[in-house]
Amino acid sequence: MQLILEKRPQASRLMYFSSPLLAIALTVIVGGLIFAAMGQPPLRALYLYFIDPITNLWSIEEVLVKATPLILIGVGLAVTFRANVWNIGAEGQLTAGALMGSIIPILFTSWQSPLALFCMLVMGMIGGALLAAIPALLKVRFGVNEILTSLMLVYIVHLLLDWLVRGPWKDPFGYNFPKSIGFDDWHLLPTFGDGRVHLGLVIAIIIALILYWVMTRTIKGFEVRVIGAAPRAGAFAGFSQAKMVWFCFLLSGGLAGLAGIIEVAGTIGQLQPNISPSYGFTAIIVAFLGRLNPIGVIFAGLLLAVSYIGGEGVQIELGMSDKTTQVFQGMLLFFILMCDTLIHYRLRFLKGNGGQL
Amino acid sequence: MSNSSVADKPNFESASKPLLEVKSLTKKFGDFVANASIDLVLEAGNIHALLGENGAGKSTLVKMIYGALQPTAGQIVWQGQTVTIENPAAARDLGIGMVFQHFSLFEALTVTENISLALPPHLRTQDLEERIANLSEDYGLPLNPRALVVDLSVGERQRIEIVRCLLQEPRLLIMDEPTAVLTPQEAQALFTTLRRLADEGCAVLYISHRLEEVKQLCHDATILRLGKVVAQLDPQQETAGTLAQHMVGSSVHAVSRQENNQAGDTLLHLTNLYQRADTPFGVDLVDLNLEVRSGEILAIAGVAGNGQGELFSALSGEVTNQDAAAISIQGRTCGHTGINGRRQLQAAFVPEERNGHSAIGDFSLTENILLSRHAVADDQPPLHQGWAGIKRAELVKVNTKVASQYDVRSASIDAEAGSLSGGNLQKFVVGRELDRQPKVLIINQPTWGVDAGAAALIRQALIDLSRQGSAILVISQDLDEIFELADRVAVISRGQVSSSYEASAISREEIGLLMSQEKSAPANETTAQGSS
Repeated sequence: MQLILEKRPQASRLMYFSSPLLAIALTVIVGGLIFAAMGQPPLRALYLYFIDPITNLWSIEEVLVKATPLILIGVGLAVTFRANVWNIGAEGQLTAGALMGSIIPILFTSWQSPLALFCMLVMGMIGGALLAAIPALLKVRFGVNEILTSLMLVYIVHLLLDWLVRGPWKDPFGYNFPKSIGFDDWHLLPTFGDGRVHLGLVIAIIIALILYWVMTRTIKGFEVRVIGAAPRAGAFAGFSQAKMVWFCFLLSGGLAGLAGIIEVAGTIGQLQPNISPSYGFTAIIVAFLGRLNPIGVIFAGLLLAVSYIGGEGVQIELGMSDKTTQVFQGMLLFFILMCDTLIHYRLRFLKGNGGQL
Repeated sequence: MSNSSVADKPNFESASKPLLEVKSLTKKFGDFVANASIDLVLEAGNIHALLGENGAGKSTLVKMIYGALQPTAGQIVWQGQTVTIENPAAARDLGIGMVFQHFSLFEALTVTENISLALPPHLRTQDLEERIANLSEDYGLPLNPRALVVDLSVGERQRIEIVRCLLQEPRLLIMDEPTAVLTPQEAQALFTTLRRLADEGCAVLYISHRLEEVKQLCHDATILRLGKVVAQLDPQQETAGTLAQHMVGSSVHAVSRQENNQAGDTLLHLTNLYQRADTPFGVDLVDLNLEVRSGEILAIAGVAGNGQGELFSALSGEVTNQDAAAISIQGRTCGHTGINGRRQLQAAFVPEERNGHSAIGDFSLTENILLSRHAVADDQPPLHQGWAGIKRAELVKVNTKVASQYDVRSASIDAEAGSLSGGNLQKFVVGRELDRQPKVLIINQPTWGVDAGAAALIRQALIDLSRQGSAILVISQDLDEIFELADRVAVISRGQVSSSYEASAISREEIGLLMSQEKSAPANETTAQGSS
């Protein structure tokens, strides 16, 4: 008995759509086994993790709040990964956007107008794009691997944030906590009703819809897909590989930066050492789980947001480690990449002795 | 032509069992049957031709004999014993050697180092260099054991592979399309070596689709078509025409070609074109001068790896040139212009490689239309418009037209390009460009790996286009194709292009000489070269 992978004559459309579902199913099954192995009742833990967060209004709102940055970053990364450009540093670009956008509410507190908020969002995008420009430049000019440079910059900009909120930008009346001043109302994103969901969610969904149109209907999206699928064919079509690297980094960096300032001005209301529970890294999973398709990313963003809330749930209810969330997210990425193999290959069981192949 | 050894065919086989017997060998890849129940008998001392079109299953069959693939069913009998050849090392231990079409040599290493790497440890002795020198001398395969591979011609590289096989004293030598990369003269030298080997009792399995050389060299022939044996015969008793009929399964349309009704204005002009290779082992283009006029086809002959790919990139604008004046299309200088700018000057380009260069296998045919036509203005109505996006209906129209005019057979209009056969995909790619009625066409290896029917259609389409007043430059390694198409012929060798000659006034042998030398001018140079 032998198990072999056999190339399919044509990519399977069925597997293309069902691979994420299969990956989710495998994650749930293996997750249940892990809960059981840790001495927890697996069904109750799974219920707390996946279902409980969407059973009451409070936690649904929280899911939407967490989905906002995941969708914003995820759609940018989806385009980028499609072009075979690997921006792994969205977490840093998120931080850079948050810093850049916070210049107005922290240093120009007295500028109080709707325009100020708009400028914060634009500056957030610029901040993320500027940080993303560094790996793009290094890649295009010197051929430096963008995976390494974009990732390493994350730690640099984190330390910059840390220094600012403990130093120059620390709230002078903040009892020496490492926090900036709280943002003025003019510098906060409007929320829906009294809840926590803010304008950022709408922005994220509009951007996802625009990028869906760009990717499927316009020549720019065609360019992204061509260069990602076959670089030489890209040259034949007259598309520039270098310009594509720039486009992808500026787009995904800008959107990560936008997510950063939206998170600060919408959810947190001030700068602090931790502004993101690794949204920038989780968005990589979101992009893949969403099939690198902007519409798919919306749904994947919601699911991963549930995993954050669910992780908190099992932490509170069952006293499990807060690392549970990371384990589930890691498993999900692992299974999605594994299941994607089945789009181009199929599994076959061979009976009898191997030599008789 | 000296085919003395063919006449007195040696008689080793009468002694005992055949050297190798293949019995109803079958290989399936998924649902696709690459080899269906093949029977083949090889006798010691015989040169046996394995004939067939691309995709007929020749490579699959020899890979199973060489242990690189495992059969799905059937038997391989070696000297009377049923054997399982698990891998190429096992094949070599039995005494089976193979020279592949694509060599696996390290260019930065010497001949001896390359051979040493591929030999089993017990043959890696101190005197290896001396043995290589002796053996190559002995078999008429001159090689300097200390030369770096990067400095060697393709013919010399092939000798390395042959010598490597001979060091292991094979009983059976498999040659996969060996002359595809050789000049006619180098091919003759190879034939002498192979005859010598056969006289010594070695069997040779000779894969080819070149019929003349099979007639000249081989004692027996097995012809494959679509994975099945369709004939086993004596090539001496056949004509090239009957062999071709067996290979293709029907008689092939001859290409009709009216005489050139006077070449007109120069539409493509290269003036002192230099282009440094952008890869370490690429070929630099040195001082190219040529012109192609309205109504004519200029063919650039040459052995693979002499700068054909670089020439195509330079002409297409995939790589732009330092010197704007080095290239002009329709009288407009365009050395600095990229590929789409040149397309806007009504030029069109067809590269050699279909998968991932002129087409994308994972994309539908409709999307592949857009690949080369998204930036040319000659499509009315336009194929796409800014934010309004790609006009799918227009693309489908173009695709339908190309498919019907150039006989592109696919499962559906939206089939993935990768699902088409090589011939159909090439018809699609050529049709996509010809549909624009380009004034200048640059095409590299127009019918490489394409079945005979598709090749005839493509060649006819090229001739028709030129007779309507377009200038066509064909880069090809296939002399048959060149003589079928070309009005004039030039030869590329080590990045230099010779003067051009009237196709009717130059022989294969003369082209062969040009292929193997640096730029020079043979005695019978004819007019055609312009006033550059």
